[in-house]
Amino acid sequence: MVDNQLQTTNLNLWFGNNHVLHDVNLGIKGKKITAIIGPSGCGKSTLLRTFNRMNDLIPEAKITGEVLLDGENVYNPKVDVTSIRTRIGMVFQKPNPFPKSIYNNVAYGLVIQKKYRKSEIQARVEESLKAAWIWEEVKDRLHESAMSLSGGQQQRLCIARALANNPEVLLLDEPTSALDPQSTAKIEELCLDLKNRVTILIVTHNIAQAGRISDYTAYMYLGELVEFGETNKVFTVPQDKRTEAYLTGVYG
Amino acid sequence: MKSYKENLFKGITYTSALFVLFFLLSIISSIFKEGITIFGTIGIKDFLLGTAYYPTQEPPKFGVFSLILGSVYVTAGALLIAIPLGLGAAVYIAEIASLKIKEITKPIIELLAGIPSVVYGLFGITFLAPAIRQWFGLDSGLNIFSASIILGIMIIPIITSMSEDALNTIPKELREASLALGANKWETITKIIIPAAKSGIIGSILLGFGRAIGETMVVLMVAGGSAQIPHSIFSSVRPMTSAIAAEMGETVVGDLHYYALFALAMVLFVITLISNLITELVFLKQVKK
Amino acid sequence: MNRRKLSQYVGINLLRLCLLITIAFLFLFLYIIISKGIGVISWSFLTQPPLKGMTEGGIYPALVGSFWLTLLAITIATPLGISTAIFLRCYGKPKWLMQIVRISINTLAGIPSIVYGLFGLAVFVNLLKFNVSLISGALTLAILALPLIINSGEEALRSVPGEFYDASLALGATVSQTIMRVLIPTALPNILTGIIISIGRVAGETAPIMFTAATFYTLKLPHSLSDEIMALPYHIYALITEGTHAESQVPIAYGTAVVLLFLVLGISALAIIIRYRIRKKRKW
Repeated sequence: MVDNQLQTTNLNLWFGNNHVLHDVNLGIKGKKITAIIGPSGCGKSTLLRTFNRMNDLIPEAKITGEVLLDGENVYNPKVDVTSIRTRIGMVFQKPNPFPKSIYNNVAYGLVIQKKYRKSEIQARVEESLKAAWIWEEVKDRLHESAMSLSGGQQQRLCIARALANNPEVLLLDEPTSALDPQSTAKIEELCLDLKNRVTILIVTHNIAQAGRISDYTAYMYLGELVEFGETNKVFTVPQDKRTEAYLTGVYG
Repeated sequence: MKSYKENLFKGITYTSALFVLFFLLSIISSIFKEGITIFGTIGIKDFLLGTAYYPTQEPPKFGVFSLILGSVYVTAGALLIAIPLGLGAAVYIAEIASLKIKEITKPIIELLAGIPSVVYGLFGITFLAPAIRQWFGLDSGLNIFSASIILGIMIIPIITSMSEDALNTIPKELREASLALGANKWETITKIIIPAAKSGIIGSILLGFGRAIGETMVVLMVAGGSAQIPHSIFSSVRPMTSAIAAEMGETVVGDLHYYALFALAMVLFVITLISNLITELVFLKQVKK
Repeated sequence: MNRRKLSQYVGINLLRLCLLITIAFLFLFLYIIISKGIGVISWSFLTQPPLKGMTEGGIYPALVGSFWLTLLAITIATPLGISTAIFLRCYGKPKWLMQIVRISINTLAGIPSIVYGLFGLAVFVNLLKFNVSLISGALTLAILALPLIINSGEEALRSVPGEFYDASLALGATVSQTIMRVLIPTALPNILTGIIISIGRVAGETAPIMFTAATFYTLKLPHSLSDEIMALPYHIYALITEGTHAESQVPIAYGTAVVLLFLVLGISALAIIIRYRIRKKRKW
């Protein structure tokens, strides 16, 4: 059995008295795209956020179980959460560039770490913008505000920003749901290109999107991991009745 | 019948609004009418830049530069104290404090804002000034230093509450983005949130400035009252507001001193007007974003 | 501990320090004022006039003077202010007029209180020949309070959901009926809060009344609008700067300050509590 790059073991999460994630055991393979799908409120975004400990921001959140990155538990108190977030990047549903220049947006994660020289940062910024397929569009205006970009461009900028840290894993939380179809298509293609360099975990409410780009699919329902497997298998021969019902549109 | 009542009602509200304009114009015209008169006797430059202020001498001298300087120094001192403390408190309350602490400190700061200035002045002249006199071995504790401290404390609530409002309008998505990139809370605050709230914070400082430079009772009681150019932080000064308040009682309507004080009020008015205008522009910039 | 964590630790604690220093100032301040003033206060302090050249006795006339001054000023300013707030919220055409009115309000709000005092002196005392009197002071304070009442009134009206307005008109009510029967009653608690805060502000002002209404000592209580009055804030100032017997007068000043603080802060606290209660009860 190939070791999984990311693995949750008996993961449970509560928001106050609300039991939101039930005994989730999910293994993510390196350098592949894994999609998490499921109806609204099933906990997929919450699950995604456990990987980079963004749920820590919510005071009523309580977690038991482990989340392993290359075998280490990210919730180990000795672990520095900021270093986890450097290794596991995140792109959000609504593009959220900082009100700064394009350059400074992408450079942010590196500047923060205080260990890169200016020349290194410049090189990484250019490289990330190229990897996010937006370099050509912004190379002549790196010092203009990021807010002057269109929605699709802003999202690619956010991807570049996350890539600048050279993360091992990229978490995408419904990255195209706020975008138009062309931008969506572009980002889907981009993901297929990026999986060679970074493991991708994408939450989506768009089943077709999951079918188009993912290697593995996890189906969640009411906080439980109902089914997980290679995408074409899950889509053509789902093992669980609930998975089948969701995929055929009975609910969702 | 109905429309008559409607129009009457509407007319009343319009009239009230016009009254506001009318009051403003009356204030401006009355101050300026009396103030301008002095410039028949003394030129504007001599008035504003002259350093000899002897209004009760014969012949009287009305160079108010030392008064203006007094206002400036005391205000600057107050801002030096109020900005770090006020902003620091605002950032702590908005970004770090728990909900419980937030709920307790907000009313406390509002309470601070409601204390009448004369009570601040009383505290300054009877408690702080003697203490400062003792600590530093001075002849008198009524000086720029003491006045700045009291004035500074007085304007902290303005800076704190407005900055806090500005910080609270920053959407949480920006915080999330910063943290998700591996920044810690402090870095997020200093690199992302405070810069994003810049205009609101600057606006609060400008408001504090306007309040401080226009304040009368505190400086009247604590700044000393000497109309000389100050040479140290422990010099006694007579800011413009104190000069007006202290000397008005001694003037006769229509004598030069009377007009000079109105002219001083003109200067004060213009300064606060400009400060307000800048504040409006700053806020306009924020809204545009 | 690495550099970044250290910066965060130092930074956050510096901020905490700022808050603590601010609160410490407040408590020190209140402690000094209250401890030095509370001893002087007694029933006779509140009900007796000053005696023996202001070295003994009470502050009753100042209390009465402040009361009338504040009552008159707020009574004049409130209808004017709320009416203007209604203009801003519900009418407001043409746009340039509204802009001008807004600019006027903001400008008025920024005028130093001593300039208001001079204005009152020039116009009410001298020009209109009201002399130094209750009415001169009240009118001056009324204009000073106007921007406060307008702004809080407008905010109060804005807090009423637009749906109520629409529903009333849809039932055939006129604009004025909607405003008087729906908007104002719904916004009333917030309007009241604004008025209460203005009361606190007006009661504590000294500079506007120095040359328009207040006097250090007057034998009689105000019987008419044209009488000079004593007032609490002015009394404090006068005792300290014009008084001749410091040992007996400073404590009286502190006592007056405690009374004034109690009234002003009590009023502010009342406004905060009302606002808190409304927020809780709100069903929309």
